[in-house]
Amino acid sequence: MKRKILALSLLISAFLLVFNSSTFAAEQEEDKTSFIMHHVKDSHEWHLVTLGHTHVTLPLPVIVYSGDRGLEFFTSTDFQDHETHQFGEQYAHEGYYIDEHDHLGRVDHGSFIEFSITKNVVMLFIVLIVVAWMALSAASFYKKNGAVAPKGAAAIIEPIVIFVRDDIAKEAIGPQYKRFVPYLITLFLFVWFGNLLGLIPGAANMTGNIAVTLVLAVLTFIITNVNGNKDYWKHVFMTPGVPPLMLLIIVPVEIIGLFTKPFALMVRLFVAITAGHIVILGFIALAFIFESYTIGVASTLMVTFINLIELLVATIQAYVFTLFSAMYIGSAVAEHTHADH
Amino acid sequence: MDLITPGTGLIFWQLFGFLGLLFILIKFAWKPMLAALDERESSIENALKAAETARNEMANLKAENEKLLADARLERDTILKKAQDASVKMVDDAKADAAKVGAQMIENAKAVIETEKKAALADVKNQVATLSLEITEKLLRANLSDTKSQKDLVEGFVNDLKLN
Repeated sequence: MKRKILALSLLISAFLLVFNSSTFAAEQEEDKTSFIMHHVKDSHEWHLVTLGHTHVTLPLPVIVYSGDRGLEFFTSTDFQDHETHQFGEQYAHEGYYIDEHDHLGRVDHGSFIEFSITKNVVMLFIVLIVVAWMALSAASFYKKNGAVAPKGAAAIIEPIVIFVRDDIAKEAIGPQYKRFVPYLITLFLFVWFGNLLGLIPGAANMTGNIAVTLVLAVLTFIITNVNGNKDYWKHVFMTPGVPPLMLLIIVPVEIIGLFTKPFALMVRLFVAITAGHIVILGFIALAFIFESYTIGVASTLMVTFINLIELLVATIQAYVFTLFSAMYIGSAVAEHTHADH
Repeated sequence: MDLITPGTGLIFWQLFGFLGLLFILIKFAWKPMLAALDERESSIENALKAAETARNEMANLKAENEKLLADARLERDTILKKAQDASVKMVDDAKADAAKVGAQMIENAKAVIETEKKAALADVKNQVATLSLEITEKLLRANLSDTKSQKDLVEGFVNDLKLN
């Protein structure tokens, strides 16, 4: 088992090297590491591999809505040089352009909203499909076989469901845990599979994108505050056991606290996953900065090691995100007497 | 695209994608699955409870059996003891009866013997008397032929009478 994991990890590392090898041919020192940020950020095209001077990419749809022009569809190849796949203002197309930093812009500086299927959106769809497929095939097992010992997808999903239900929801929320279990399971699976699939070489850093974590954190924030009971709001606006004058300070702090919790959720997942990707790619970049075989071997070993850690981090971050969501919800629905404070 | 500026497109797709996933999974995956898990857990719990009850019943039954067995043993012992006592009593009774009968028989035999003895004695006495008479007669015929001997005899009778 250990050997298999190690072998898989080495394979993944080797793949990573191949996938990014083009970058290392770059002359400039800065170009040798620019691929790191390029990978970590979102992009309008999915760059898979560069063979010599041929870029193998997956062109992605660019969808723009503007008040004056309505909904418009383009593909990413409309905005780039066909040889180098370089984006730039000079490749503007029908009034829009994508600059060197992969930002969509409008030539006449008008306002617009972007709904492009970017690399992370595609990754998002993949994760959604994988999670939905796993969960639905697990559920169909129960429909077919009734309440028996799980097999197949059910054997993978069921321990997670039970873990989230018993060790996260029941522990952190208390007696009212039941109605939050479905959200927490979905959250856990989405983040976990997002993290794991993001570790595959060539995959996108989806759960390490702040927009993704933002949405998840906002959903937790909404669920928390919509379900907040009298005790919860009393704790915020009339903190018990505090002298009236102190309330002037405490109440704003409590209100800020409402927002710092989801903010922490958002930042924690984003940072943990992005940092992991940066560390892995950083070690790979070392080999090409120093252009030395010794460092290449050492950094490959390090990448393997970090990959193993990242597998752990992927799981821990999914757990932590779910656990903290459950705790915030738990604090909002808890029926507690203030005598025990 | 910047690292810490969330893109509107990704927010849009993430929001609706995730909500869609949530909706589909709640409806088609988690509800049936959690229900199945609850059902299975309760069935396992029931089975465990049933097993517990069965075990208790078994223990009760076993205790009952043991009690029955002990009772049976006790009864057997009592019966045996009674039988033994009865047999001992019977033997004793028989012995006592036999002794009594024996004693009776001995008594009877003794009485018979006594009677026989008396009869025999009486017979003997008669015989002796007869014989004596015959002897006396013979003697008298022989000895009373002379006067002297008659005299002696009479004197003898007289002496005897005096003694009496």
